Amino acid sequence: MRLLRAGRWITGIALVLLAGVYVRALAYTPVERAQGLAQKIFYLHVPAAIWAEGAMILVGVASIVYLFLKDPRLDRFAHASAEVGTVFAVLMLTTGPIWGKPIWGTWWTWDARLTLALFLFLLYVGYLLLRGAVADPASRARFAAVLGICGMILVPFVHLSVYMFRTLHPMPIVLKPSEPSLPGSMLTTWLMSVGVFTLLYVGFVIQRYALSYLNEQLEAAGGIP
Amino acid sequence: MRLPDSVRHAWAIAAKDLLVEFRSRTGILSAGVFVVLVLMVFNFGRDPTAVSNIVLAPSILWVTFTFAAILALNRAFQLELENQALDGLLLAPIERGSIYLGKLVANLLFVASVEVLGVPLVALFFNVEVWAHIGTLAGIIVLATIGFVSIGTLFSAMTVRTRFAELLLPVVLLPFMILPLMWATLATTSVFADRPLNEIAGWLKMLAGYDIVFVVVSLLLFPATVNE
Amino acid sequence: MLRAEGLTHRFGSVTALDGVSFSVQPGQTLAVFGPNGAGKTTLLRVLAGLIRPQHGRAHVDGGRRAIGWIGHQPQLYGQLTVRENLRFWASLYDVVVPGDLLSRLGLSEHADRPVRALSRGLVQRVAIARALVHDPAVLLLDEPFTGLDRTAAEALSRVLGDVMGRGGVSVLVTHNVEEGTGLATDVAFMRGGRFVHFAPRGSRGAQQVAEEYRHAIA
Repeated sequence: MRLLRAGRWITGIALVLLAGVYVRALAYTPVERAQGLAQKIFYLHVPAAIWAEGAMILVGVASIVYLFLKDPRLDRFAHASAEVGTVFAVLMLTTGPIWGKPIWGTWWTWDARLTLALFLFLLYVGYLLLRGAVADPASRARFAAVLGICGMILVPFVHLSVYMFRTLHPMPIVLKPSEPSLPGSMLTTWLMSVGVFTLLYVGFVIQRYALSYLNEQLEAAGGIP
Repeated sequence: MRLPDSVRHAWAIAAKDLLVEFRSRTGILSAGVFVVLVLMVFNFGRDPTAVSNIVLAPSILWVTFTFAAILALNRAFQLELENQALDGLLLAPIERGSIYLGKLVANLLFVASVEVLGVPLVALFFNVEVWAHIGTLAGIIVLATIGFVSIGTLFSAMTVRTRFAELLLPVVLLPFMILPLMWATLATTSVFADRPLNEIAGWLKMLAGYDIVFVVVSLLLFPATVNE
Repeated sequence: MLRAEGLTHRFGSVTALDGVSFSVQPGQTLAVFGPNGAGKTTLLRVLAGLIRPQHGRAHVDGGRRAIGWIGHQPQLYGQLTVRENLRFWASLYDVVVPGDLLSRLGLSEHADRPVRALSRGLVQRVAIARALVHDPAVLLLDEPFTGLDRTAAEALSRVLGDVMGRGGVSVLVTHNVEEGTGLATDVAFMRGGRFVHFAPRGSRGAQQVAEEYRHAIA
């Protein structure tokens, strides 16, 4: 219970800070010369991407350790991380096109971040569906671990693929939705955003982990009368 | 020269799977019928002025091969569940890896037989030049097939015991199929368009790297799917 | 020859094995009786090496190579013939099918028929043949009498007698006390993952053991 409360506090603080970063990005950070207003999404999109991918890597690492140690806490963590990662991936998949349509003229573009977000989303969905389909907790944890490790290994291949794709089909400079190199105040905003998203990830994962744990306790005690 | 035990056992398992499939023939027939059906439908349905054969044919080719692969994968471990033969395999003094390798080889040969049927048919219906580049094409097909069948064999060991097994496998496998399929389709398009080999080399290298990584990973992770 | 030390295993919140320890010496057949859910199958699977127990150890002399398993599922491939099935399983143990195996179990005339074409009684005998193809010194039997016809039941008794006679070991789990007692040299009752009784059968008959069982489990 304490864990759940701590998680809620952290998430609450993170959300407030997120609003703060958003305001700073819009109002107090200089507009980038080449891309204009469109570039501002990058302050939120990139940190979300970092954690959407980071969550997957952590699922993979926790899964590897789980297969050796068989500690259910690792499995609970992997599950929590996967769910939070799904949220971040969905966030990217929805905000990306919404922001992109007026700027680039299309809903979808195969740029590095969106493509990765799509792959991550598919991996997370598969992971969660597999978990949902296995009844026995020990098998579920083992199977999820196997899938989690494979997912983590797939990520570098996606990066490689996107890189190859880009070198073969260079995008027009004006529409290039990638990150420019950052001077001073922009860098600060970006770093603040990364910090906020980290906090958000931690808060969400703690809450989800605590909920899993409470749920298991409830089931062991025989469910809700 | 005597082969190492694990290879012999793997081959025994693969041979058994192929013998069972040969006896019942349902799998290979359904896959074969599907291939012919899809090719005919697309052949009649296409508008040659809108989409050129060279663009269409590779996609059709790989759609049909993917279907055949999913069919094979769903059946592979289903066979072992029918009479709890999987327990027998686990009781035997063999490496867990032999079970994986045996299943992998059987699945690959199953899909290969569909591919051997599909390539000439695609060449025929879509009027694409295949024979001149048959070596390169074979290489692409072999590499891509290994790519998704290797991971698919691992995943099918897990999904076979779940409730919606036949639905769950393709869903879980999807993100792992996209990349090899994409590389294979791009490479196949280049082959049909008569592009020089060095253009295709990049795709082949990616496919080869993918294969090596995921065969090894699947081999290492397979015991976790069957050991309790 | 076969030893269990403090076997403990949980499935989720259910304790299937709770500190089970015992040993079986060459020439003995242990019958473990217990109601459904007592943990009998789990015990057998741990002994066979199919489950790694969360605590404790099981040891079988000779490892997996020496173990034969007879359960209520035949572990055969219906599309293959009897001979093909036996050859396949034999190859996994790196042995050849013993020349007299089929005749010992009265299966010679069915050797080249596909298993799915056989009657249930015949299938059971083929399953026994499969378990014996590598001449195991240890037999593990999980509810082997379920649905056996007379010929198969007799074959099973003979097989157990053979193994015992050659200094092998058998562990048989069942909820059918009457059928199991006759074959056993030692008897155990299992409930809630624990042995509540473990003793040589001695001169006790099936009826007597059944009575004691009902008292112990009630």
